Amino acid sequence: MTATTPVSSSSASPFPGERPVTPAVVKEHNLNDHEYQMILKLLSRTPTLTELGIFSALWSEHCSYKHSKPILRAFPTTGPHVVQGPGENAGVLRLPDGWAVAFKIESHNHPSAVEPYQGAATGVGGILRDVFTMGARPVAVLNSLRLGPLDDPRNRYLFAGIVRGVGDYGNCVGVPTLGGEVSFAPGYSGNPLVNAMCVGLLREKDLIRAAAHGVGNVLLAVGARTGRDGIHGASFASEELSEKSEARRPQVQVGDPFTEKLLLEASLELITSGFIVAIQDMGAAGLTSSSAEMAARGGVGVELDTSLVPVRESGMTPYEILLSESQERMLVVAEPARVAAIQAICEYWELSATPVGRVTDDGLFRVIHDGLTVASIPGQQLVDDCPIYYPKAAESPDTVARRRLAPTVTPPSNEIALERLLDAPSVASKRWVFEQYDSTVQAETAIAPGGDAGVFGVPETSFGIAVTVDCNSRYVALDPYEGGKATVAEAARNIACTGAVPLGITDCLNFGNPEKPEVFFQFREACRGIADACRAFETPVTGGNVSFYNESPTGAIDPTPTIGMIGLLRDLTKRVTSHFSRPGDRIAIIGTTRGHLGGSSYWAEVLSCVGGAPPPIDLLAERQLQRFLAAAANQRLLQSAHDTSDGGLAVALAEACIGGPYANSTIGASLDCAAYGTGLPDDALLFGEDGARLVVSCHPDNSVALEQLAAECQVPLTFVGRVAAASDLSITLRNTIVRWDVARLRQIYMNAIPRRMRQAPLVSPEEGP
Amino acid sequence: MQRVAIVRFPGSNCDHDSLKAAHDAGLDSYYVWHRETDLKQADAVVIPGGFSYGDYLRSGAIARFSPVMSSVQQFALKGGPVLGICNGFQILCEASLLPGALMRNAGLAFLSRPVDVRIERTDTPFTSRYHVGQVIRLPVASGDGRFTAAKETLAELESEHRVVLRYVNAGAIDAEPNPNGSSREIAGICNPARNVVGIMPHPERAADLRTGSTAGADFLRSLAAPAAASAA
Repeated sequence: MTATTPVSSSSASPFPGERPVTPAVVKEHNLNDHEYQMILKLLSRTPTLTELGIFSALWSEHCSYKHSKPILRAFPTTGPHVVQGPGENAGVLRLPDGWAVAFKIESHNHPSAVEPYQGAATGVGGILRDVFTMGARPVAVLNSLRLGPLDDPRNRYLFAGIVRGVGDYGNCVGVPTLGGEVSFAPGYSGNPLVNAMCVGLLREKDLIRAAAHGVGNVLLAVGARTGRDGIHGASFASEELSEKSEARRPQVQVGDPFTEKLLLEASLELITSGFIVAIQDMGAAGLTSSSAEMAARGGVGVELDTSLVPVRESGMTPYEILLSESQERMLVVAEPARVAAIQAICEYWELSATPVGRVTDDGLFRVIHDGLTVASIPGQQLVDDCPIYYPKAAESPDTVARRRLAPTVTPPSNEIALERLLDAPSVASKRWVFEQYDSTVQAETAIAPGGDAGVFGVPETSFGIAVTVDCNSRYVALDPYEGGKATVAEAARNIACTGAVPLGITDCLNFGNPEKPEVFFQFREACRGIADACRAFETPVTGGNVSFYNESPTGAIDPTPTIGMIGLLRDLTKRVTSHFSRPGDRIAIIGTTRGHLGGSSYWAEVLSCVGGAPPPIDLLAERQLQRFLAAAANQRLLQSAHDTSDGGLAVALAEACIGGPYANSTIGASLDCAAYGTGLPDDALLFGEDGARLVVSCHPDNSVALEQLAAECQVPLTFVGRVAAASDLSITLRNTIVRWDVARLRQIYMNAIPRRMRQAPLVSPEEGP
Repeated sequence: MQRVAIVRFPGSNCDHDSLKAAHDAGLDSYYVWHRETDLKQADAVVIPGGFSYGDYLRSGAIARFSPVMSSVQQFALKGGPVLGICNGFQILCEASLLPGALMRNAGLAFLSRPVDVRIERTDTPFTSRYHVGQVIRLPVASGDGRFTAAKETLAELESEHRVVLRYVNAGAIDAEPNPNGSSREIAGICNPARNVVGIMPHPERAADLRTGSTAGADFLRSLAAPAAASAA
């Protein structure tokens, strides 16, 4: 029998002592009637409990993408640079000189909601493994966090724990954190989001894919022993959070970054040794998904003997061994003759490599334990035949109403408004966060966190990579399509500000329950926006992650499709940073100021109105802007470039004056906007958020060349002022001059988060000390 | 060409960076795994940063028992130059090659940021190319970076001129000059024979013009081509 012909399952016996499969047990496994009927049909018999557990894991939303697959198919996934698109552990893009970059983003939301430290730490661990299983050395991590407001002690507890978890794991493994974003909104109370992205470098020739081949080849479990932690993590991630979720805490995995570091070195050595056929992380759904997916990709069967798997405690059942999500484990496929050499490499790194199964020709996913066959399932169908759902989508009338909202309170003075914006934790400096992450290990960091995008050098070359993660979830909540576009556009602007050319994206799509029409509408429309923007920018989607069921008793989260983007900077020395640095430099606004206030931070943070329609994004203008920035950086015309996003021009100018997190001095700027943004109210000019805009500075000698370049690129450019030596930001408007002391602005901006976190509880407030 | 052994423990993570910085400084650098005892005719030893053995018991506490450390001990006792950076500094203290200990940062959190440090002594094998009083900006990245020692030890370090590096306020507007609360702002020290040096900041991360700074390059260049002996 060949692997391509459909195979029928042979018999399987219940493991001694396991519960019989009843309707209640099926429900407990998050499988609905329809899915259970499909399982009965596929097996032509009742499944054993072990088999039910296997189906439950692989047919969970997390592993099967059963609600998202048809929508994700609309993403552009090809392009001249794409070496590996979606479907592998990570996407891979081609770089110059034989190099390639592997990258991926993933969520670890549910575990972090009940156990912030370990939840976040293991999120980092998982994404690192996804990248090094491709043969890439992880060189950067980024993260995107969403939390409820910091005035609630539980949110402070979650925030502190998540940041410490992310930091402790990444720091120990020795991968620099080069960027990230954090934002706070009531919708994330009770359901924080932790999205971690990893970027790795490899020689393209060393790329390895996770497909099992070669009947008779051996499967080896490498790394940590298997324990009872994380059992059913994948199905936990596929349900809504509730009061009962606290009881899920034992299902949260526990991370050991020290073992991860050894596993990283051993895996890369195994891959370059040529001794192995395939390698995959035992991530979500552990041994089950890693073996079943590798077999399905290779069109072969596998037989696992769970009694051979090294375990942490005695008495573990095959069900537990198969579904454990113990961390720091890899599954390796190799020819039998190579096993000894593989074990020698692992032994050097003080890890074990244990044969636990083999590749077969019968197409079955078979599990034996002490000679008893406890599961036998047609492998290809197990992975591919999960039912696909096409849920109803309908926009919530509430969203339509919110788009028509406008503030009702009287605005404060523009001086006070800017101070309030800089004090808003979503806008303020994230120094409190990124100081807890090692950002310089590996000695290639060229732009550290605190600017538009992080930049690192590729060893022994002259080029660099720019990286960012972004999402404006308020825009997406108010208008999912425009919000989806805006998120990709902002990521691309951040990349382009450094002088890099955007190459591709990975996405982490965090939404509520897709079975609710208003949630599925958000998902479908946001994806359509992302797809349109990626097509316009020629930045293909190379992979990612869907996280549904982000709901707590207080409701669904704001839709949060986080975009991780990679850009190429041909000459690392031509990088551009965000802050003004030289008094006398000329300041220009690039793009068109329309004073769009719908969905703005100004309305939300200053006028307490989360509403209005977010700015429509002109994808052509964005593309022209990206080209202009790359050319301007290449000709070394720019002294600084900073994206204008949250808080509009005023916040962008303030940030450019405030300087980097370790600046030796602040700097001032004097601008004349009396004739700029004709007819706009002052607050719309200062705080309006329009796409495709930037604040740049250049040496006066370069201003003519910059103007010419802008004209060539069809990008509006208006010189509005100069960088000043005095620590004073002043903007002349039509009828008035607004003025701020930059030293004071800096103090507000830098202290907004630390002053709120001074009393972060170390234990969950509900638990008490 | 001088030979530099970069000692690797399970959990070292600045090993690549140190190897490369040493190579760029014109040194013949190579790894020695913690289970080995042969330093392979090393002229100097660097113990790089990281989390040896996960730092699970206490930073550097387990690494000192590695087979390689007995060779490093002997090498140091014979006057061989040894540089410990970050976790390497912690290991040297645990191994009693340097006095004192590195405790949890005063802020109780891991801290990664640039710091300004003043070169206090140039009469060590790793600082001869600097000037006394020269202030350089280097990254720190550590959770246990607060240097502490008994009062008498601190007095001895000062009177014997064994404080090699000190945190100073050189201008960063609103960042604490002493980043971790170290006693007497100590960022690096040496042993009485001045051949063993431990520092918390990472000079190997500021040794490449491509990424912006070469402020730390002279630590390893001092080894490759020492400046003429000065009085300091």
